[in-house]
Amino acid sequence: MSEGKLKITINGIEAACEKDETILQVAKRLGVRIPTLCHDDRLEPYGGCRLCLVHIKGVARPLSACTTPVADNMAVTTENDTIRKIRKTIVELLLSNHPNDCMRCEKSGDCTLQDLSYEYGVDGSRLEGERWDLPVREANPFIRYEPNKCILCGRCVRICNEVVMAGTIDLTGRGFYARPDTAFGRPRTLANCEFCGQCVSTCPTGALTDKKSMGRGRACEMKKVRTTCGYCGTGCNLDLNVRDGRVVKVTSAYDAPVNHGNLCIKGRYGYDFIHSFERIKSPLIRKGVKFVTASWDEALEVMASRFKALLKKYGPDAVGAFSSARCTNEENFLLAKWVRTSLGSNNVDNCARV
Amino acid sequence: MAGLATSLGAGAATNSLAQMPEIDTLFLFGSNPTEAHPIVSIYLKKALRNGARLIVGDPRLTWMAKRADVWLNLRPGSNIALMNGLIHVILKNGWENREFIERRTEGFEELREKVRGYDLKKVERLTGVSGDRITEAARLYSHADKAMIVYGLGVTEHRTGTENAMAIANLALVCGHIGRPSTGIMALRGQNNVQGASDLGPAPHILPGYQPIANPDVRAKFEKAWGVPVSPEAGLKSVEMLDKACEGKFKGLFILGEDPAQTDPNVHEVRRALQSLEFLVVQDLFHTETTKYAHVILPGASFAEKDGTFTNGERRIQRVRKAIEPLSGMAEWQVISKLSNLMGYPMTYRHPSEIMDEIAALTPIYGGISYERLERESLQWPCPTKDHPGTKTLYSDLFSRPGGLARFVALDHKGPGEVPDREYPFVLITGRIREHYNNGSMTGKVPGIVELVPEELLEMNPLDAKRLKIRDGDTVRVSSRRGEITVKAKITERSQKGNVFLTFHFRNALSNLLTSEYRDPITGTPEYKSCAVKIEK
Repeated sequence: MSEGKLKITINGIEAACEKDETILQVAKRLGVRIPTLCHDDRLEPYGGCRLCLVHIKGVARPLSACTTPVADNMAVTTENDTIRKIRKTIVELLLSNHPNDCMRCEKSGDCTLQDLSYEYGVDGSRLEGERWDLPVREANPFIRYEPNKCILCGRCVRICNEVVMAGTIDLTGRGFYARPDTAFGRPRTLANCEFCGQCVSTCPTGALTDKKSMGRGRACEMKKVRTTCGYCGTGCNLDLNVRDGRVVKVTSAYDAPVNHGNLCIKGRYGYDFIHSFERIKSPLIRKGVKFVTASWDEALEVMASRFKALLKKYGPDAVGAFSSARCTNEENFLLAKWVRTSLGSNNVDNCARV
Repeated sequence: MAGLATSLGAGAATNSLAQMPEIDTLFLFGSNPTEAHPIVSIYLKKALRNGARLIVGDPRLTWMAKRADVWLNLRPGSNIALMNGLIHVILKNGWENREFIERRTEGFEELREKVRGYDLKKVERLTGVSGDRITEAARLYSHADKAMIVYGLGVTEHRTGTENAMAIANLALVCGHIGRPSTGIMALRGQNNVQGASDLGPAPHILPGYQPIANPDVRAKFEKAWGVPVSPEAGLKSVEMLDKACEGKFKGLFILGEDPAQTDPNVHEVRRALQSLEFLVVQDLFHTETTKYAHVILPGASFAEKDGTFTNGERRIQRVRKAIEPLSGMAEWQVISKLSNLMGYPMTYRHPSEIMDEIAALTPIYGGISYERLERESLQWPCPTKDHPGTKTLYSDLFSRPGGLARFVALDHKGPGEVPDREYPFVLITGRIREHYNNGSMTGKVPGIVELVPEELLEMNPLDAKRLKIRDGDTVRVSSRRGEITVKAKITERSQKGNVFLTFHFRNALSNLLTSEYRDPITGTPEYKSCAVKIEK
């Protein structure tokens, strides 16, 4: 073991770790699951939800794994009867002020609160009390906010302020009346919001959801295809959510090497062009001033014969191609190869300068 | 990118995005990442929260400029003068890294001679930036431990774009701020696959992997693999093809996924060139200004409809995966293969992974890349062999130039091609806003984005607006020597006095009718960032 490394055990499994790591980080690395609600790897540790409480040998009360740094020879137990009971009570308390409408909730199947209720056998009937009855907020094109489903984990507020630094939302009010909101409860506009949807991406319940994909399919019905964004040159990884042959939503995974699940307005919401009715659907050949629809074979025949005729008449210097920084590496390589092999010149350039 | 290639060896960012949070001094130059590269800006914001000092070189008061320790509010196009001024201050005070200069660079004496003439008085006059700010920026940058220069198209989209990048390299080299984690030069690429398109050889003078076409050994390698002779003559740049088309000497063109009739500057000339062609094929997702001039229009497949790879601005090669079948039935790689077969040169790829295998075999920097590896790991080039882990930081040891030394290039201030005068008193800067992208053919199809930002706005300073009696939301006419457009005005401190700003996202307000015909002579990059206009109500 190298210098400066510590040794701890989690559920009896030994692990080497660095001194500024938290118990939660080490547990994740070992593959030991500790339930969390307010934690997001993109955010600073918060310790708000108390769901990640673990037992540490020699420490009287349980401590939150997300905020507790490791110490040498620490022996951690992530689950026992006491901790299970505490977690169950936490979930029951959260459900005491939550509309149990999973059957019609957009988030069902992708909801941490629902998963925890399942795990701890909680249905929201044990604790009765006053419930929020607040209107749904959706006076903007992208983000739907249903405050009744908020559990006050603060993740949306923190990602907006810590990561994006947009300052769009904050926790407002106190006690029972506390909830995340924009300044003065104003609708989201470009004046106060970037519409990156980062808050939606971190919300563990159905409080914040993508308005565009409402009713377009639940998580379990989606085929997720990992790919790379086609807008700027940052190279964020996207998960295209596909249902019935259509891209209906875009999400991103935390293990994306460049963006770690973060996306901007274009990456997250700019996908409509894929299925736009304005897409060119088939090859078109000019006949006079008009274009007529043609088959691929017809169009390719015309192209091959015209290029061959031009080569014959004017030679290879009079023909060429522009490639595109929007196309894949393979296509760029291939177009350049076509110019050099079929046309016999080096008249090929790309739009890397626009 | 030709700039960095001349100075350092490769036209690519020297470091990785993940290293950004550890930067202690960030010099952001000609880049507005919170708008144009929001996810890069997340890394930079993390650096700022970790306490990094921030220098911003930008004529616009951007989000980052507002939060900067020093804002170098230079006049558009005075980049070289500013860099020379910074180096002048550094050398005068002995803040340079002598050891680095001696051990790892060449050409320092010429640079020293050149910048001697750029004292603060002269630089103040040329750039409009106060001497105090220049001195403070020079002090911050040269005294840093982990200093990174992050630059964008505000550097390259000038007629001196290539030289501007070299001037940046000069500054980094003088301080030895290159070749270490979190320390180097990052160029932010505008389009998703600018890096890949540069790497893979659709360029008139190089074969894939920056292998010069003039080199007989390189040609022999490709000729052997491809079974045909490769012409030793450099081809025409895109600009030259268009120029020759106007002269009637260039006849046939295949344009893959580009819209020069909207996004190139001085679009009148471009349109005349396209009209002169005997045969034009355009493949695109949508009808654009350019498709109007085509003889054959082919439907393109979007990135969701095909397999492939993109290479991002930090040289990372990442998979593009087919989520749905091509709406038109064929992806571009299939179209090119079929066309080639019809013209008599066989291409028999069954899947893009086979094209990548060919790329790897012919292109040393991509030598270790395969789809199979990309399923398991994320790789940044240079990655020459199957067991090479890829490269996070370039030049930690040697520069990729002859002798392994970086080269100083002594440069003079030239300024923009067109400067404001009595008739056209404003400088027009063009660029992006966060919500839209390039010619708008993609984002313009997103209902929510169109609802938020429905139209072009001319950003202008309140003092200018007051003088011309223009109020926020007024419709104004913006004209240059080449054309005019009508837009609404947005009064904002983001534009300095004398400067105005437009995007190029809207077809009904084509800002490139205004932009000038000046270009970088080396790369052909147009001077999008500066031209003279007048504004009338």
